[in-house]
Order: sequence, then structure tokens, then C-alpha cells
Amino acid sequence: MPDQASAGREAKADLRIVMHTGGPPENEIQITSSAGRLFGERIREVVQFTLQALGVKNTRVEVFDRAAFDWVIMARVETAAKRLCPDLSTEALPEAIADPKPTVRDRMRRSRLYLPGNNPDLMTNAGLFAPDGIILDLEDSVSPAEKDSARILVRNALRAVDFGGAERMVRINPLPEGLNDLPALVPHHVNMVLVPKAESGANVAEIVNAINQIATRHNIQDPIWIMPILETAKGVWRAYEIASASDQVAAITFGAEDFTRDVQAERTVEGRESFVARSMVVLGARAAGVQPIDTVFSDVENEEGLRSSTKEAISLGFEGKGCIHPRQIAVLHDAFQPEEADIIHALKVKAAMDEAQRMGASVISLGTKMIDPPVVARALRVLRVAEEMGIDINGLKPAG
Amino acid sequence: MTLRENKPEEEMPVAEMVKNAVGRLVPTEVNGKAQTPFLGVGKFEPTGRKVAPPIRACHQYALDKRAPSMRAALEKIGLRDGMTIGMHHHMRNGDQVAVALFDTIAEMGIKDILFAPSAVFPCHEPLIKYLENGVIHHIEGSMNGPVGKFASEGNMRGMGILRSHGGRYQAIQDGDLHIDVGIIPAPSADILGNATGAYGPSACGSLGFALADSQYADHVIVVTDNIVEVPCLPWEIQGMNVDVVVEMEKIGDPAKIVSGTTRLTKSPTRLLIAKCVADFIEAAGYLGKPFQAGAGGISLAALAYIADRMREKGLRAPFARGGSTKVLVDMLNEGLIGAILDGQTFDLDAVKSIGEHPRHVPTTPFTSYNYHGKGNWAPYVATSVLGATEVDVKFQANVVTHSDGYLLHGIGGWQNTLFGECSILAFPLFRGRIPIVMEKVTTVTAPSEMISVVITERGIAVNPQRADILERVKGKGLPLVTIEELYETGHKMCGKPQPPDIDRHHPIAVVKWVDGTLIDTVYKVNS
Repeated sequence: MPDQASAGREAKADLRIVMHTGGPPENEIQITSSAGRLFGERIREVVQFTLQALGVKNTRVEVFDRAAFDWVIMARVETAAKRLCPDLSTEALPEAIADPKPTVRDRMRRSRLYLPGNNPDLMTNAGLFAPDGIILDLEDSVSPAEKDSARILVRNALRAVDFGGAERMVRINPLPEGLNDLPALVPHHVNMVLVPKAESGANVAEIVNAINQIATRHNIQDPIWIMPILETAKGVWRAYEIASASDQVAAITFGAEDFTRDVQAERTVEGRESFVARSMVVLGARAAGVQPIDTVFSDVENEEGLRSSTKEAISLGFEGKGCIHPRQIAVLHDAFQPEEADIIHALKVKAAMDEAQRMGASVISLGTKMIDPPVVARALRVLRVAEEMGIDINGLKPAG
Repeated sequence: MTLRENKPEEEMPVAEMVKNAVGRLVPTEVNGKAQTPFLGVGKFEPTGRKVAPPIRACHQYALDKRAPSMRAALEKIGLRDGMTIGMHHHMRNGDQVAVALFDTIAEMGIKDILFAPSAVFPCHEPLIKYLENGVIHHIEGSMNGPVGKFASEGNMRGMGILRSHGGRYQAIQDGDLHIDVGIIPAPSADILGNATGAYGPSACGSLGFALADSQYADHVIVVTDNIVEVPCLPWEIQGMNVDVVVEMEKIGDPAKIVSGTTRLTKSPTRLLIAKCVADFIEAAGYLGKPFQAGAGGISLAALAYIADRMREKGLRAPFARGGSTKVLVDMLNEGLIGAILDGQTFDLDAVKSIGEHPRHVPTTPFTSYNYHGKGNWAPYVATSVLGATEVDVKFQANVVTHSDGYLLHGIGGWQNTLFGECSILAFPLFRGRIPIVMEKVTTVTAPSEMISVVITERGIAVNPQRADILERVKGKGLPLVTIEELYETGHKMCGKPQPPDIDRHHPIAVVKWVDGTLIDTVYKVNS
């Protein structure tokens, strides 16, 4: 057993804990904090409370705080304690915010904002930017040595942070490591789990089973949706199999970076190398009746690039796209918004359809043109999306 | 309660504390001068006549007013122990004059100087040793950074006096602050003392804060690193008010006087608040009316959004008061505003513009804010977007101290610009887990009726005393909340801070309202 362990970073809204063995039974706490003159006592109480909840005694704890919130302090203390005593299995949970809402299977998922799972600073305000989903990432943005730390931080964030109307998503690690992430998520109001490097229906089934076992154990009633990420040749090849592996799969998405590497192609601005793969993801999703969601656009500075890439994704059939910076959200939502002309056209089609129904006509016509059923279906979809996005459709009603 | 000078070996002068119109205790006497407690906004009616400098004869002055050194200049005007020196702060954090000046005064063996600059910056940290060894008795003016810490911990002899930019002009005019020697760092000057800030290696734009010193000080010394041909035009400082001209190799570090380019903030939260500010201004119908512009992160980002919306709607504002930056200059050149009345020039584009554009003119605290003026520009402005360190549930606001009691900022033009039609405080609901909306502000810098609206990333609270503004904005889709809701949200996220460790028996500074009355007292922080 080590005689010292540390956790967290001395960074904005975070803290570093150094925990030593050999302290007094009631523990000894030393605090250095940028907010110490106003929150020194509070920090001491939170550290003491956490140690008590964990059942940790006889330690000396040094706190180097940069104005972290309570749920972050609790996570870092717990991580340090578990690094110091690897057998420790207790948890110190922050109070959960008032009932985080469950989400429905086919809700809008235009934008999903990735946040590194071990960085508390970005989490607090993320909900204010109103993405459709917020992804706390345990995979690529967390180094192997910090997986334990991020797991505890993400768990506490799921409980204590108000993400507003955003769907609460977590990207776990690839199998089998990802199975170890689930106990920190399932009992704590996660709405959707993103499964990286999914390559078969069996992969999905394994995750779903593990989730459902934990959910049953903790009496969790709210649905937990799955979004497999197809980012290898094998995964893309089996898009339909993966998308239809479970009723809990609500969407599948594409990961361009890993895919390009896997097929040994070069990534180009136009994305020629992934065109077929993206189309296969759309096909697999549509065939299985789940949402096809596009990859992340990672060039934060390039707003025009994001806009045209999103327009292209929409033209391929995607319903959403990933982003890594709050300022990309408005661009995404704007791009997914139906054009005013499209809405007006859809309103005309709907009016023609209503008219035909009223007259008992079997053929719908707009002016002199006959309208096919797929056109009607598309028009109804445009109107539904416009309504979901809060556009005042009645205000757009064409005269006559 | 008693007021004590922090000088153990001396007999403590004792002053009574009285409650003012906002319920805060303030001393009846500060540094030996009787004081008036804050009576309420617009309640203080001054009487008497303004002060004037001594009468001189023109034949006493040489055609070339240059002295060979700073020391020679100070000897020439007869600097003595206990005198008051005034100075402007247009060189901001790049100033190299103040430290050189006090190095010279120390060499001359002179003591107990009262230093009354329009602001102190972190670059003035070396002055602490002169506060410690008695060359400087105390500072009247904004105190932040290391000097603020020094004063806050009770180490300064004498009480600090914090005045707004307008308040400094008012105090000089009515004699509350008598300047014996006005030191005017000038980016360009001629041998008669005519001076401008518009060009020169240390160009700073407007020299407005120096006007009072040039007109009312007993002695005026212009300090420059760029002597130009007579006449120095435009002469924002008139040579015929100047006693002596001194040349220094360098009066400032250009990189720290103005920023090369003003960058808009990239903080998503600040941008979100700025957008809320623009939404609010648009919803309230203030787009296209005169406004106060600032260079702070949120204020500047809001201005960029406002420019976009004015362009979209084809609106034009007759003028903006600045705080000038590239953003504001671009608006002038594009015709979105009709003029810039410039109190402080913040970047190189703005310095260039003030030198070239006929409708971008320097202004002074006299025209902008002066309480003793026959009017001033502040109330002609529809909106001002300002920061604050704290605001409380009564809408009282604090801009001078941190919640832990330390002096943090000068007042600047903050109090003065509150006189516009709608004063907007815009800030994140917490900074480093310290909530900004408090039950009671640490130091009242503005009474509640002066704050119209508080805008944060978690909602907009209109002051219930401004039913007119609430009427303008309600039902327009803005995220309106009450100030109590902002208080609750902030404290729920951050927790309730413990009371600051300050010594309420030991005042270290007073805060003046724009009329010269005392609105609050700042106390010693136990270090």
C-alpha cells in the first residue's frame, strides 16, 4: 500500500488533493485555496464530510484549491482515497439536483457537445449553450492514468450539474474497459451511453445487458439509450446489425478520425474517403429505424466549414452532428433549421393534402401538379422539425 | 466607533462615525478635513465659489520652459514636504513617470507627499517602498493591485479616498482636493508646454484626465519623451497653463499604454452574456440611441453584437461616449454612430482615429461627468454596460472591493456613467465560486436607484424601481428573473461564503459619491 496518493489538478475550478497515511483518527486537513478567505471553512467541511462518507480515517489531507465547487472537491477526495486504499469500495455521492428528466427515443439530436470527462471547469456552464446533448467523455480525452478519476468526476457531475434541457450523455471506453465505466453512470441519471468502436450486434448486446442489470439492481426506471459509434471498417460494414441489435439503440453515429486510420485512407477536406461509409451509416440507421448522426466537426475556428459540412450531412440524411466548442452549436442549429421557403412549400402541400382529404379525393394536387406520397411525408417532416425548433409556422403562412 | 491613523507612535486622531442615507457608517472627518455623509442622489447642493490657481505674470516665464532634469523642475517650482502631487493615468500600466518622479523626490530628501493620481496600476508597485519609508504619506485615488493590498492591510498612513473620474474633477474644483503640483506625462509637447496624446512614441490618445491638473494646480509640469516643433497641435493641454517642461528618455512602455489590437473575448460564457445584453438593449428600444462604450470583455463583445443589429435595422446613433476601441472606430467610419466623445483611448486604431477623424474628439471629466458643471454628458446617454464586483438584492452595487474586503478596483467613470437612462451591470453570476449577487454588498459604491438592470448568463433582473424599463422589455422573450432568484441560484451553486475577516474598528479608506459626499467606508483586512 502506498503512503501517499494525489488526485486532481491545480487548475481553474479544480483542485489537487494530496493524501498521506499516518494522520490522526479524525484526519488532518490543510487548505490552500484561491477562494480560501470566503470558502475555507466550507472546503474543510466538504473534505471532512467526504472522508466520513467513505469511512476514511488516519489520513493527512493537503488541499490545493482553485475555486472548485463542492461536487468536484468530493470527487477528487474520493479519487485520492481510492488511490491510497485500492480496496475502498464506498462512495461519497453529492446530492442530486431536482429530478433530471428522462429523454424519449426519437428526440432531436442535432448537436452534441463533447466535454473532456476529467475537466470540471467546462461542465458547469455547458447547459447554458443549449446543445441537444452534452457528452461527458471518458474515452479519448482522458489519459489511461486518469480513467479512475474521470469516472468519479463524471458520476458527480451527472448528479450535481444542471445541464438544462440537454440530453445527458456519456461516452464510455471501448469494450471491455467500458463495462467498468457503467456502475458510475447507470444509477446517476445518464440518458444515453455512447459506445465507441462498436463492431457487432453482440458488442451492443453486451453493453445493453450490463446496463440493464445495474439498472434493475438500483431500481432505475428511466430508459437509458445507446448510441454506438461506428469508426472502424468492420463497424461501418455492420451498420444495420449494430443499429438493430437492441430497442435501446436510438441512434448510430460515425467517427471519421478513427475510421480514416482504420481503412488506411487520407483525410481530405471534402471527405471523399468517408463518403461511402457515411452513406452506409445512414442506410443502416434508416433500415433499423434509428437516427443517423454524423461525425464531429473539429475545426473550431472554421465557421463556414462547419456550416457547409452540416449542410452536406443533412443532404446525406444525417439528423445531427458532433461539436467540441459551444460556439459551434448555434451554427449547427441554424443549419438544421428548415429554410423558410421549404416551410412555406410544406404548408402548401399540407393544405393541399387536407383539401384532398376533405373532398375525399384519392390524388393530391398542388396547382396543376400531382403530389406523390413521399413528397407529402417530407413536407410533414419539415413541419414537425420546424415546430420542434420553435419556429412560428403560423406566422409564415402564405396568403391565399 | 473611532477612526484611527495607522501610526502606532502617534496620538490617534479620533473622528466620529455617522450613518449616511444608505445606512452605512462614514467618518465625519478624513485626513483632518470635515466630510459630508451621502444624503441621497441629487440632494447635495454646493455653495460658494470654485477655487483658482495663484495669479502669475507672463514675464516670469521663459520662451523655452524646459528644465534640464526632473530634479531641476521640482526644485524650480519649490517642491516641499507635505505637498500634493496630481497625475493623470492615460499611460495606464505602461507608465514610467510616477516611479521616476518619486525616485527623484526620494533623492531630494522630501517627505510626506500626498499622491493624488486619477488611477494607480500594477506597474506602480515600486511606490510601496515610498509609502513605507515616508516619501509618500498616502494616496488619494484608485488603489488596486499591490498598492491596494498594502492599503487594505492597514499599512498606509492617512485614509485613502476613492473618487470617480468626475469626482476627482469636482474635488479639485471645489477645493476638497488641492493639487500643489500637477505632473502631466505627455506623448508629444513643445517647449512652451502645449501637449497632446494623439501621437509620439508613447501615444495614448485622449489626455482628458489631465485637464483639471493643468487648470487648477499651483504648479504644472509637462513631462515628455517627444519634443515637437512649436506649436504642438492639437494642444489638448495648453502651454499657457504650464510652468515647466521636462524631457525624459521614455515616459511609457507603448505595449502597455494601449493594446495593439483589441481582441474580442472568446469565453463562451462572456459571449453569451454579451448577447443577452444586446438582446436586452434591442428589446428595450435603445438601439440607435447614444450609448456609453467600454473596453471590458463583456461590454466590448456586446458592442460588436449591437453594431451588427444596428446595421441590420439601418439604425444610427448620434454619438457614443468612449472608452474607444477599434470596434467603436469602425462604427464611426461605417456611419453607425455620428461621433465619438472619447474619455480614454484603448487601442492603436483608436489612437490613430482620434488624431485624424474630425468627429472623434477627446473629452475630459469636466464635459463628461463633472458635478459642478452646468450639465454634463452622462445623462444624454441611453445605455451603459458596466461590470461590478458585487450587487445586492436591493440593487446596491460595489465596484471597489472584493467580497473578502480587499481593495480591487478604482471607481473610474463607473459611478458617473450610471446617470444614463439605463445602466446595465453585466457579469457572470459567480467568479471562481464567489457569487456576485449578495445579500449586502461589502462596500456601497452606488445606491440602489442608480442600477437599472443586472444581466447574467443565468437571467436578467430589472430593478423594480425601474417599472418604466420593465414595461419596455416584458413579453419580449427575454429570460427575466428577480434579483432574489439570481441570489438563490448563485448561492445554491457556490455555497454561502463565510463573513470576510475584516476589522470594522479600523477604517482605511472612504468612498465618495459623485458629489463629494461619503457613501461608504473601507475597512482593514486582517491578513
